[in-house]
Amino acid sequence: MPSNLVEITDLRFSHDKRVIFNGVNIAVQRGKITAIMGPSGSGKTTLLRLIGALLTPDSGEILVNGSNIHQLSRSALYQARRKMGLLFQSGALFTHLSVFDNVAFPLREHTRLNEAMLRDIVLMKLEAVGLRGAASLMPSELSGGMARRVALARTIVLDPELMMYDEPFTGQDPISMGVLVRLIKRLNELLQTTTIIVSHDVNETCSIADYVYLIAAGRVIGEGEPQALQQSTDPLIRQFIYGEADGVVPFHYPARPYAEELLDA
Amino acid sequence: MLELISRLGQRGLDGAQSIGSSGLFLLRVLARRPDLPRLWPAIRAQLYFIGVLSCLIIVVSGLFIGMVVGLQGYNTLEKFGAGSQLGQLLALSIARELGPVISALLFAGRAGSALTAEIGLMKATEQLASMDMMGIDPLGRIIYPRFLAGLIALPVLSLIFTVVAIYGGYFIGVQWLGVDSGSFWSNMQAAVNFRLDVASGIIKSVVFAFVAIWIAMFQGFTCIPTAQGISQATTRTVVYSSLAVLGFDFLLTAMMIGGW
Amino acid sequence: MNKQRYVDISVGLFMLLGLLALLVMVMKVSGMADLISIKGYQVSADFTDIGGLKVRAPVTVAGVKIGEVTRIELQPGALNAKVTMKLRNDKRIPYEDSSARILTEGLLGSNYISIVPGFEDEESKDHPYLRSGDVIAKTQEAIILENLIGQLLFNIKK
Repeated sequence: MPSNLVEITDLRFSHDKRVIFNGVNIAVQRGKITAIMGPSGSGKTTLLRLIGALLTPDSGEILVNGSNIHQLSRSALYQARRKMGLLFQSGALFTHLSVFDNVAFPLREHTRLNEAMLRDIVLMKLEAVGLRGAASLMPSELSGGMARRVALARTIVLDPELMMYDEPFTGQDPISMGVLVRLIKRLNELLQTTTIIVSHDVNETCSIADYVYLIAAGRVIGEGEPQALQQSTDPLIRQFIYGEADGVVPFHYPARPYAEELLDA
Repeated sequence: MLELISRLGQRGLDGAQSIGSSGLFLLRVLARRPDLPRLWPAIRAQLYFIGVLSCLIIVVSGLFIGMVVGLQGYNTLEKFGAGSQLGQLLALSIARELGPVISALLFAGRAGSALTAEIGLMKATEQLASMDMMGIDPLGRIIYPRFLAGLIALPVLSLIFTVVAIYGGYFIGVQWLGVDSGSFWSNMQAAVNFRLDVASGIIKSVVFAFVAIWIAMFQGFTCIPTAQGISQATTRTVVYSSLAVLGFDFLLTAMMIGGW
Repeated sequence: MNKQRYVDISVGLFMLLGLLALLVMVMKVSGMADLISIKGYQVSADFTDIGGLKVRAPVTVAGVKIGEVTRIELQPGALNAKVTMKLRNDKRIPYEDSSARILTEGLLGSNYISIVPGFEDEESKDHPYLRSGDVIAKTQEAIILENLIGQLLFNIKK
């Protein structure tokens, strides 16, 4: 069994003439939490979709569990996806189903469990995210944070080997943030799930990640354990980690000289 | 000048590409063994949204159309002393043409646009992508039941429209304008042939249903996943379905008049 | 009642309504009821000119519809039109002396056949009524408007 569950080699991808990835190499170790961080627009979400084969790269390969997922047949791909979970930024709950039915959906589609067993599993997963009491609510009645936790329950209901979180902390209040951080850590510990977190919340992510990759301008500009990165002297890494307003990534959008533009009446 | 031509050419190529991709889309949706017991609840739910909720507009429109045709028809027939032929006029024009076509247009406007908006919203909120990531094909789970429901619902709605319209005309002709009830029905029955008139109307509505639902599903599935994109897709559904229905109506009528 | 039940019931009603509409179309609108239930016997008659008579035109006795025209063929030898009609089983028409005429509905309407029954003849007791395969011997052709006008003009000239 390869020690890296996911291996990305020399990935190149562009969309609408914009180059998003220009030779990216990432290795995700089995059983560990790997974080992928970078400024907005660096293509972090796109990376998760590439891993899940929702998008196809221009060149390079992505190996998941030893097999190139972009070369799998449709049915083999769907089999592989059952062992993956992708938690979308918006939760993406099915609006016409209740919380319970949302979480039960993958079970009902992929397994032949009877309703009694199904009910037990769903309630257990909801209990793990602390929302067992909300089982009969509809998604429109949930707050953003609650919706995300229900989506999390739905993503783990089949006990996937690989969990991917797309910006899980963005826009959360401190309490929900703390809850989510603990949940992600606990899931990783209890189930030995390989976890990839894509985020730009440096503090939260670094507190639970085992290994971090920094992506900017289509390449990996830094990688290492959170401690190592925080002590790095590379100006680009420092600007990101410490949130400096101006540095290698400029504050100003490219424009004409200021005085010149003002004087142009 | 050259640029205009090249842009026109580009438009043409884009058009051809979208027709091609919609054809592939249709193939991917239909090329499956229908797992009916599993899908039946979804089909039933869609029959409710597409069929039952369209009933009101269909019945009211049918009534008004029938009454108008009755009124206008009688007006003209009376001049030739042929007022007793009103039943025949109503039945033939509605069963063959007005029934299937107008129900299809109303359907495209009400149900087609609602379906496009629903699918577009699911795309924009990433519900389709998350279903895909769970290893469940959204074409089979979301699109296919709606397709089948539409294929069943529109012919049923067309029949309801036709009957309501004929009775609307009956009400105007017999109760209001004084056409004799007996000759109304007997002239109608003498003139209407099940195979040529009623059955061809049903076949037309099945073809219209197929085309309208296909366009609605495709536009929703391939829309730009933003609010503006969804509204553009909805408009395109209504416009394209209406044009397609009218176009196919001409084709089918030409085929059927020639005898088939 | 809960939402799911309401949905199911309304869908069921919707389908029933559709079925009902179909039945109405079949029975009332296209008059197929007659066609299905008719158990009849075939008789035929030859006419020198059928005018505008069409298949499915009514066949009446004393103005009451008792059958339909099922076929119109040109006889190769005599070059007249052989009209075959299907009459309802429960209507019995005397064989002897019955005649068939082609009349017009109203002034501008379509043609139909009217059978004038003959006498119930005592002598032909073994074959009193028309039965399947019989030929109605006495026929009167359709009244063609052009012929009438021609006659009128002729008479005026005289």
